[in-house]
Amino acid sequence: MTKGRFITGMLLSTSLAVSVSAAETVPLKKPADFSGIADQAERSRSLFVEAGKVIQSPRCQNCHPRGERPSQADDMHPHQPLVVRGLDDKGAIAMRCTTCHQTANFAPAGVPGAPKWHVAPVEMAWQGKSLGQICEQIKDLARNGKRTLAQIHDHMAHDELVGWGWHPGGERTPAPGTQQEFGELIAAWIQTGAACPAP
Amino acid sequence: MSAISINVNGRAHQVDADGETPLLWVLRDDIGLTGTKFGCGVAQCGACTVHVDGDPARSCVTPVAAIGSRKVTTIEGLESRTAKAVQKAWVELDVAQCGYCQSGQIMSATALLEQNPHPSDTDIDHALAGNICRCATYVRIRAAIHAAASQLSA
Repeated sequence: MTKGRFITGMLLSTSLAVSVSAAETVPLKKPADFSGIADQAERSRSLFVEAGKVIQSPRCQNCHPRGERPSQADDMHPHQPLVVRGLDDKGAIAMRCTTCHQTANFAPAGVPGAPKWHVAPVEMAWQGKSLGQICEQIKDLARNGKRTLAQIHDHMAHDELVGWGWHPGGERTPAPGTQQEFGELIAAWIQTGAACPAP
Repeated sequence: MSAISINVNGRAHQVDADGETPLLWVLRDDIGLTGTKFGCGVAQCGACTVHVDGDPARSCVTPVAAIGSRKVTTIEGLESRTAKAVQKAWVELDVAQCGYCQSGQIMSATALLEQNPHPSDTDIDHALAGNICRCATYVRIRAAIHAAASQLSA
């Protein structure tokens, strides 16, 4: 098969790989937008609910699966082909994340990519949990990779793989706002006591 | 287009290609190694599987510029003891039907056995889940991997 025929095949098959149509990017409020809430704990909870728009977006949830298999696309269907987290959360032997995913999105095939592509460890599973449950989990050293709140902020505000969520390529809907705005919300949440919504 | 250096099957090649060109087309069109097959073009079928530094990679979604100094092995260059055992088992069990997917299947099977000499059925299923066979030779593929494992440990 030649490159010419390859292009035809790509045009036909790419439609199978993309997800539902991309929706408009959802904006995020700034921490200052919550300054009118006098009660600090209530303000903290509200900040986390706003940040939760990111945490509960498919871009984050897909890679925080509760089972062995991640989901994909905006409708969060099971990953195709079948992949499992494996012993190191980077896939099974001979079917690693890097078997298909590069360090950057590969637009011609619609395959996403970023450095350190992997799923979150199972103790950090978010799928199927309420925002309040996720909030408590994020603060729990036994379920957050032994991260301090400062390290949680650093992960959310600066991690490259987290950052991919705002630049997912293809027709995937980006996470709401920007990574910087998300980081500012998380920082403000921590500064106000890291209170959690009801489970 | 630019000159890109790439090591395939132990040989250095210089190809004139855009860096975003999938490795598959550099292998097939520029280097002339047609054992690696085009199936879907979107990493859904596994027919294009090669090894990059020993690990399986779908060459249809790997931009050639991403290879860098890593070593690419195609079905034509597969010659380790494990690979020979896999190929022998493939012949003895008459695994292939139409054969189109088989180079990809063998690349994945060899990589599995190189890293896990005694895979369970589940290990095999997980390792080869991304290699589709439209003739549905999966039962023989699994049996051949077990046979190769037995041969290697004998």
